[in-house]
Amino acid sequence: MRLAGLVWRRFRKNPLSVAGAVIILLLICAAIFAPYIAPYNPTHIDIDNILSPPGLRHPFGTDELGRDVLTRILYGSRVSLEVGFVAMGIALVIGVIVGSIAGFYGGKVDSVLMRFVDMMLAFPSFVLILAVISILEPNILTIMAVIGITGWMDVARLVRAEFLSLKERDFVLASKAAGAPNSRIIFKEILPNAMSPVFVAATFGVAGAILIEAGLSFLGIGVQPPAPSWGNILSAGKDNIEVAWWLSVFPGLAILITVLSYNLVGEGLRDALDPRLWQAEK
Amino acid sequence: MFAFIAKRLAQMVPLLFGITLITFAVLHLAPGSPVEAQTAMSLKTSAQARAQLKKLYGLDKPLHTQYLNWLGRFVRLDFGKSFVDSRSVLSKIGERIPITLLINALSLLLIFLVAVPLGVVSATKQYSLFDKVTTVFVFLGFSTPAFWLALLLMILFGVDMGILPISGIHGIDTTGMSTTGRMLDLGKHLILPVFISAFGGLAGFSRYSRSSMLEVIRQDYIRTARAKGLPERDVIYKHALRNALLPIVTIMGLAVPGLISGGIIFETIFSIPGMGQLYYQSVMSRDYPTIMCMMVIYAVLILIGNLLADISYGLVDPRIRVSR
Repeated sequence: MRLAGLVWRRFRKNPLSVAGAVIILLLICAAIFAPYIAPYNPTHIDIDNILSPPGLRHPFGTDELGRDVLTRILYGSRVSLEVGFVAMGIALVIGVIVGSIAGFYGGKVDSVLMRFVDMMLAFPSFVLILAVISILEPNILTIMAVIGITGWMDVARLVRAEFLSLKERDFVLASKAAGAPNSRIIFKEILPNAMSPVFVAATFGVAGAILIEAGLSFLGIGVQPPAPSWGNILSAGKDNIEVAWWLSVFPGLAILITVLSYNLVGEGLRDALDPRLWQAEK
Repeated sequence: MFAFIAKRLAQMVPLLFGITLITFAVLHLAPGSPVEAQTAMSLKTSAQARAQLKKLYGLDKPLHTQYLNWLGRFVRLDFGKSFVDSRSVLSKIGERIPITLLINALSLLLIFLVAVPLGVVSATKQYSLFDKVTTVFVFLGFSTPAFWLALLLMILFGVDMGILPISGIHGIDTTGMSTTGRMLDLGKHLILPVFISAFGGLAGFSRYSRSSMLEVIRQDYIRTARAKGLPERDVIYKHALRNALLPIVTIMGLAVPGLISGGIIFETIFSIPGMGQLYYQSVMSRDYPTIMCMMVIYAVLILIGNLLADISYGLVDPRIRVSR
């Protein structure tokens, strides 16, 4: 993996992106080990401590049912992580398949598939997501599926563009001349070389999916209480806006830091994966 | 040019058709129906009454007949009556348009007035402290959920300082107010929503203005202008800005989807009786005719936004016009 080493050497030169990557690793650890590091039970109701402000016992305060906000934010990071990665994974699979087929075969196949992409792009996606999820049962599975199914078009376009330029290259033509089947050319020859812009788009895509989930849960059609998610804690923050600022401030900060980290890593990856910038350095 | 526009308009028809078909299928194939949603609370509703409701809404017919019926009325611009209050869908939406339009127009104006100068100054002073600070803010802007910012501003200006209202578009009692008083009252209610609505676009547009300006500054004619001894201010604001501005204006057409999805969230937060709030309410009560009509309106707006962007690209750059 000479390439991975090269990318890492370039990536590490950008301190903000490295910081983003470190924060993401910490968040992943927090999500995995939430039961061990969280001070309380996320759904434990404590009538005596309703809406108590941040203090020694509850660093981020408690919500309208006396539940510890820090604990709920830690558990909420699981939702964000799952939604971000699974939704983006779905989008990647669909986007790579559609983009590869369109780019490799070209002609009629390409124009039909790209018209379909155009149509999906003309859909007001958040509007559609809202309708679908409120009609289906709002839970984490439908959210991940719907965000993925409505978010693959950029990936498809990127992959198609890479295929269009790669399929005329010598190494692909050589493989073709040697009699390799199409499936081998697509998956073994072209796709690995087409992935770098896709990785960048996927990193930004995770951030986007986390924001959409938070927005849906905030509107009450995402992850349903009592299960904690950053969006639905914020929703409680809105209901208690006159009395409990901590319910609004902390979960939002968690969203901001997470999304910012993914965006910074995406930016760093984009620079690190851009071969034109490698040339400039030598 | 007209041939190009006509061709693009013709291409919109199948796209719009596909969008209505998919929306219709998604709405109707999902388990449950508006009838269940409406009668879930009253256990006494008999099976017969439910069947009657279904018949009233036309939900008893096969799906393709329902869709063809809808399509037949759609081409005559008849979107039917709302399931919720039996009022005409178009008039329900119509009364919501002015306030949403006002907020969006004001926020587009705000985006333009803030983002363009930010981008231009960042570009002309690339890598300066100002440029770096702006870049940091752009990054923060991209990552901040607008609805969270809305909550923070509501806490700060509405709850703690108590100087701005946090809900609705006018005070509780406006009967005694003069016209100017009412305008001021409306203005006060709109400050936070307009800012929040603009916020989502600010980061993107200042970034775009910066790169558009950077591209222009590298052109030969800018070097020529400098070489012939024009003052730097004239080079930037007369020669460069004019050429950088066109692509910025055109990309405004692409802001439509963001404004629409943003509108749904912030109109719900601020209890603004606009289109976004209506859409949210319709989705919650499964008001199919209203959802379908609004989906059509949103899709048409997005398609027109894209078309406007493409047209102005063509106006700016003759190469694109020829190649299409």
